[in-house]
Amino acid sequence: MSQWFMLTLIGKDQPGIVAKVTAALYQGGCNLGEASMLRLGGNFTIMLMLSCEGTVMTLETLLTPVVDKMQLRLHIDEIEAQPRAHCSPDVAISVYGADRAGIVAQVTEVFANAGLNILNLDTDVGGEPDKPFYIMQIEGTAQQGIEKLQLALQELLAVQKDLKVHVMAIDTVVM
Amino acid sequence: MAILEILTYPDERLKNLSEDVIEFNDELQAFIANLEETMRAGPGGVGIAAPQVGRFQRIAIVDVSAKKKIKHHGRLVLINPEITEWNGFEVAREGCMSVPDYTGNVIRATQIHLVTQNEHGEKCEYDMEGYEARAVQHELDHLDGLLFIDRLVSRRHDLFQRKVYQK
Repeated sequence: MSQWFMLTLIGKDQPGIVAKVTAALYQGGCNLGEASMLRLGGNFTIMLMLSCEGTVMTLETLLTPVVDKMQLRLHIDEIEAQPRAHCSPDVAISVYGADRAGIVAQVTEVFANAGLNILNLDTDVGGEPDKPFYIMQIEGTAQQGIEKLQLALQELLAVQKDLKVHVMAIDTVVM
Repeated sequence: MAILEILTYPDERLKNLSEDVIEFNDELQAFIANLEETMRAGPGGVGIAAPQVGRFQRIAIVDVSAKKKIKHHGRLVLINPEITEWNGFEVAREGCMSVPDYTGNVIRATQIHLVTQNEHGEKCEYDMEGYEARAVQHELDHLDGLLFIDRLVSRRHDLFQRKVYQK
């Protein structure tokens, strides 16, 4: 009986990681589910759901030659989840301001208290090296309604005067 | 009236090109009634196109009037419709009865001019915007064998970076 696993890979970015890792998985009889790859500061990371008939150990045996060669760190967990638990975001929040410590914590705490469940989060640093700015984009579900988040926004802007924050509804048109 | 079966991807028939309607007869009226009932029974209920139920003719129905605070033209039966002008663009999230359990970001024009026939074969023209324009563009794509997953933009990056072209 096949079992689902979550595979996490981290290491220095280099061309060919996805192709080599997925080729090894395919040849080993695995079937891939959802995957998300990110590059952060020259580092490669991927989370990959897969199902196969083996165990964590058989997957490690399968992948070790590939990941060792590319000096990647591998982590595998058995998971319960099925790859079809989609949840569509209904709100997008964008935040930017001169870079400083605490932006993510201060912003997400206020919205979490107002019922925001974060589904996607991306942050980046731009600007001149001596004058960096911070940008954060969040998508999520407003579990207590978007009005609650709009109120939280006013509260946040009153305290964090250096930040520009926008809360926008995401309308999903289902046809 | 009857609720018709919706084709769902990966059914390859959804990629078929639909043909013009030539005869506006009773059979067409009966089909339109069934198509509308099928649309209204669906999860979104704002639009449907004939190829979604396996009839490959240029027929679609759009009705976004249930949505509050938007400009719209009410219930529209579109036969042999054509968009003749497009203006502006906007990214928004779409879903489709023929692509269950998946939504994604799609770029659509914010304003369109639509030339179409109605269910009686009479020519009609509309200027549309926003939600209604998006629904019409989505449904007309079905007539050309296109699904919204043919037009997906990255779910992570919905802002477009300026490309630098070097000489």
